[in-house]
Amino acid sequence: MAFTLYSLIQTAILCINAIAVLHEERFLIGFGVDQGVGGFGDDPGVKAQVLTLIRSVRTVMRVPLIIVNSACIVLLLLFG
Amino acid sequence: MDYTPTQSGFRQRKLQPNMRLRNSSVDGVEGSQLFEDMSGAAHGLQTGNQQAGPQPAGFSGQSILSDPMSNLAMAYGSSLASQGREMVDKNLDRFIPISKLKYYFAVDTMYVGKKLGLLVFPYMHENWEVSYQQDTPVAPRFDVNAPDLYIPAMGFITYVLVAGLALGTQNRFSPELLGVQASSALVWLIMEVLAVLLSLYLVTVNTDLTTIDLLAFSGYKYVGMIVGVVAGLLFGRPAYYLSLLWCCAAIFFFMIRTLRLKLLSEAAAEGRLVRGTRNQLRMYLTMSIAAAQPIFMYWLTYHLIR
Repeated sequence: MAFTLYSLIQTAILCINAIAVLHEERFLIGFGVDQGVGGFGDDPGVKAQVLTLIRSVRTVMRVPLIIVNSACIVLLLLFG
Repeated sequence: MDYTPTQSGFRQRKLQPNMRLRNSSVDGVEGSQLFEDMSGAAHGLQTGNQQAGPQPAGFSGQSILSDPMSNLAMAYGSSLASQGREMVDKNLDRFIPISKLKYYFAVDTMYVGKKLGLLVFPYMHENWEVSYQQDTPVAPRFDVNAPDLYIPAMGFITYVLVAGLALGTQNRFSPELLGVQASSALVWLIMEVLAVLLSLYLVTVNTDLTTIDLLAFSGYKYVGMIVGVVAGLLFGRPAYYLSLLWCCAAIFFFMIRTLRLKLLSEAAAEGRLVRGTRNQLRMYLTMSIAAAQPIFMYWLTYHLIR
C-alpha cells in the first residue's frame, strides 16, 4: 500500500527487462502470431497492437536498458 | 540622482499591468490571451555590453550610487540574466510543454465553483461538449466542460493534508506519513494514467485526448475523496460510506458522460446502438475507465477512517 516513487521505478525497470528478455518464437506461438501478415486495414486489432508494442519496446529500449541495468547492478552492489 | 530612472522604471512596471487588465477584460473572449502579461519592462537596458567588463573593478572604491560604470555593469548583468533565462526557458520547453500547461491553469472562481458542483452533482447538466474556437479548445475560464489542472492539483494537496488530519485524530500521525501518503497517491495516479494510455493505444482510438487531459480527468476524483473523508471525520463511519457512495456514483456518471464524447464514434455517442467489435471495445474501455475511479477512491481512503 505504501508505494514510493522508487518502487515505481523498480517496477518499470523489471517490466521492461521482462519484455526485452522475451523469446518471441517460443512464447508467442500460442498467442496467435501474425508475423508475416502486415494487417494494413484500418483496424489492426488488439493482438497486432500488442505484438507491435512488444517489438517496438524491444528495439527502442535495448541500449538504454544495458546502461540502466549496469547502473542498477553497481548501485545494488555498493549500497545493498 | 541616478535612482530616478530605476524608480520610474519600477513605477512603470506597476502601472502597465493595470492597463493591460482593463484591455483583456474588454476583449477577453478572444481566447488567445490566457493571462495578463505581468512581465516587467526590463528589456530596455541593453546598453554597452562590452564596456562594462574590466572597468567596474577599478572604481570599486567610489560610491556605487553615482557611477555610470556601475550602471553599465548592472545593465550587463541584467542582460546576462535575461539571456540565461531565455536559454533555460527554451530548453525547459522541450521537455515540459509549459505553454500547454498554462492553458490548463487559466481558470477563475466561477469556473472552479461550477466545476466542483458538476463533480458532485452532474445529473442536471445537459451539454457536455467542449466548445472550440478555430480548432483550439477554449480556455477553461470560458467553458465548464473543458478539463483543467487547477482542481486536480489543489485536490491532491488537500487530500494529503486531510489524510494527515485524519491520521492525527487517530494518534497515528508522524510527519513522514505525509510524504508517504503523497508519494503513494502520486504513484497510483501515474499508474492509472499509464494504464489508460496503454489501453487507448491497444484499442487504437483516434482521439484528441492528450496525456495532460487524462491526468486532469484522473485528478478529479480527489474532490470526492476529500468530501468522503471530511464527512467521515465529522460524522463517523456511516457518513463516510454514504458520502463516498454518492461521490463515487457522481464521478462514475461524470466520467462516462465526458469520455463518451471523446472516445466513442459520433453515432454511438448520441446513444444509438452501433454494432461492431470496435465500438464494443470502446464502450468497454469507457466503462472500465469510469469504474476504476470509484475503486481508487475507496482504495485510497478506507485506511483513513476507522
